Amino acid sequence: MIRYLATRLLYALPTLLAVLTLVFVLVRIVPGDPALVIMGDQATPEALRDLRERIGLHLPIWQQYLAFMGQVMSGDLGRSLITNRPILSDVAAVLPFTIELTVAALAIGIVGGVPLGVLAARRRDGLWDWIARIVSLTGLSFPAFVSGILMLLAFAIHFHWFPVISRGWPLTDPIERLRSLALPALNLGLIMIAYVTRVTRSGMLKALSEDYVRTARAKGVPARVVVWRHGFRNVLIPIVTVIGLYFGVLIGNSVLTEIVFNRPGLGKLIIGALEKRDYTMLQGLMVIYAFIIVIVNLVTDLAYGLVDPRVKTT
Amino acid sequence: MTTTAAAVRSNAFLGRATRSGALVIGVALVVITIAAALLAPWLAPHDPNEQNVIDKLVSPNATYWLGTDTFGRDVFSRILWGARISLLVGFLSTAIGIGIGVAIGIVAGYFGGAVDRWISGANDVLMSFPQIIMGIILVAVLGPSLNNLVIAIAVTAIPAFVRVARGSTLAMKERDFVDACRALGYSHPRIMFAHILPNILDEITVMGSLWLATAIRTEATLSFIGLGAPPPTATWGGLVREGFDNLLDSPGLSIYPSIAILIVMVGLNLIGDGLRDATDPRAPT
Repeated sequence: MIRYLATRLLYALPTLLAVLTLVFVLVRIVPGDPALVIMGDQATPEALRDLRERIGLHLPIWQQYLAFMGQVMSGDLGRSLITNRPILSDVAAVLPFTIELTVAALAIGIVGGVPLGVLAARRRDGLWDWIARIVSLTGLSFPAFVSGILMLLAFAIHFHWFPVISRGWPLTDPIERLRSLALPALNLGLIMIAYVTRVTRSGMLKALSEDYVRTARAKGVPARVVVWRHGFRNVLIPIVTVIGLYFGVLIGNSVLTEIVFNRPGLGKLIIGALEKRDYTMLQGLMVIYAFIIVIVNLVTDLAYGLVDPRVKTT
Repeated sequence: MTTTAAAVRSNAFLGRATRSGALVIGVALVVITIAAALLAPWLAPHDPNEQNVIDKLVSPNATYWLGTDTFGRDVFSRILWGARISLLVGFLSTAIGIGIGVAIGIVAGYFGGAVDRWISGANDVLMSFPQIIMGIILVAVLGPSLNNLVIAIAVTAIPAFVRVARGSTLAMKERDFVDACRALGYSHPRIMFAHILPNILDEITVMGSLWLATAIRTEATLSFIGLGAPPPTATWGGLVREGFDNLLDSPGLSIYPSIAILIVMVGLNLIGDGLRDATDPRAPT
């Protein structure tokens, strides 16, 4: 297991380098002078020169690249252009909120999607199948900000079941914290429910039509055992795949969920950086996303080993 | 002979497509949206950007069917005109994404080897980056404008089409007709684009219809964040955003454009699912 982990980590390195390179390129495709873009037309030549030297724009591009990589690898994301605070400490302050939100959404996706997909597959075109279809169509069709606003209007403003603003409650008040997490997590989890329902349903339909399932049924194995032990175990791998594949969608949608529910988090940091043209902050946040992606890929790989004994982990 | 075969095939296709009804409903919803967008100048009762200080935040009535916003602009007219931006950006960026992505994907699948390894590797990295975040950073760096919005969304669309085109080409190049083309001494570009491309259009069409939904959603999302077409241009995402600032007093300002977004999203998803089921009869539905 440790060797498996080590090789996976080793494989993750080139991906990390590639994603970081992508970030470097994305942030530098500014048409014209980036310093001018950041400071606007009214900036004096001296101010522009200052800024270029401060963030290293006066260096040739390959030196900028090496400096960027070196800095990131040594765990430094630089300082915000606007507040001059270390970016990493700003990120560390809000990262728990974004992690809390995405993990809760993921849990909702699995807890909602798996049973729905299994129920739908047990009887094709039955009541549950239709419910599953409507739920997954809804999840895929609602942009996160639209579903968020509608939920906010219905459950927070109209019925007062949940707080309107999901403040960052301290851990000492777990009830309020959960109450303020509920709506945003449900909103973010909606699309995951849709993906998980779909993949579970189609995987179960395929698994339940296999010969060994027919044999098990013929032998008189109870339906529950057939469904969960003979059928469902085959669907674990596609479920893990789909979660890994669409985790990026969760990360993207978390930005919108944080805006709509006014929650602290990476998304709110991005929006703040956009408004203030905080170029170094944007770059730092992209680096954080790059690391999140690589970690998610790694966890997905490890999950394969856990759910399927055929994946060699030794 | 070929026409008969094609006719039989298309009949079977239509039969499968209409059986579920999903495709029909989807097409109807999308056609309504396209009609509304095209006919906006004639259908809209008011100028979408005309401000009317006396009629600020009016509730829906006979003059303003869906009420007015904080500048006294007619919400219904703005939604109609917003449909033009959403659909235009959606179609354009998807078309550009398909053009570039499919060309790269066919080249990767056709040549294989090192070419394929590099293209697929780079493509996987692009795909792993959250699409909305990539859209945000692209528009932020390029500057918010309608052109840059199209470019940003097109760029995020490319990897999906590279993957589909590459996969389909890999399967297609083993077929006899490709060997025949080689034996006849056809050039690589001719084999790739005159012979393989027409045979993988089915898969690309399915992906395209699903991507159109993603592109329109991304446009709405970026506009909602404030990275869309600059004001006063009416866009659906921008309208929801403006309404969001007055959510407590006039929830309708957000709800009505949201409904417009949902109509086209549900329509496109139904079309995508219907097409997928119709082109792949083995897929469990």
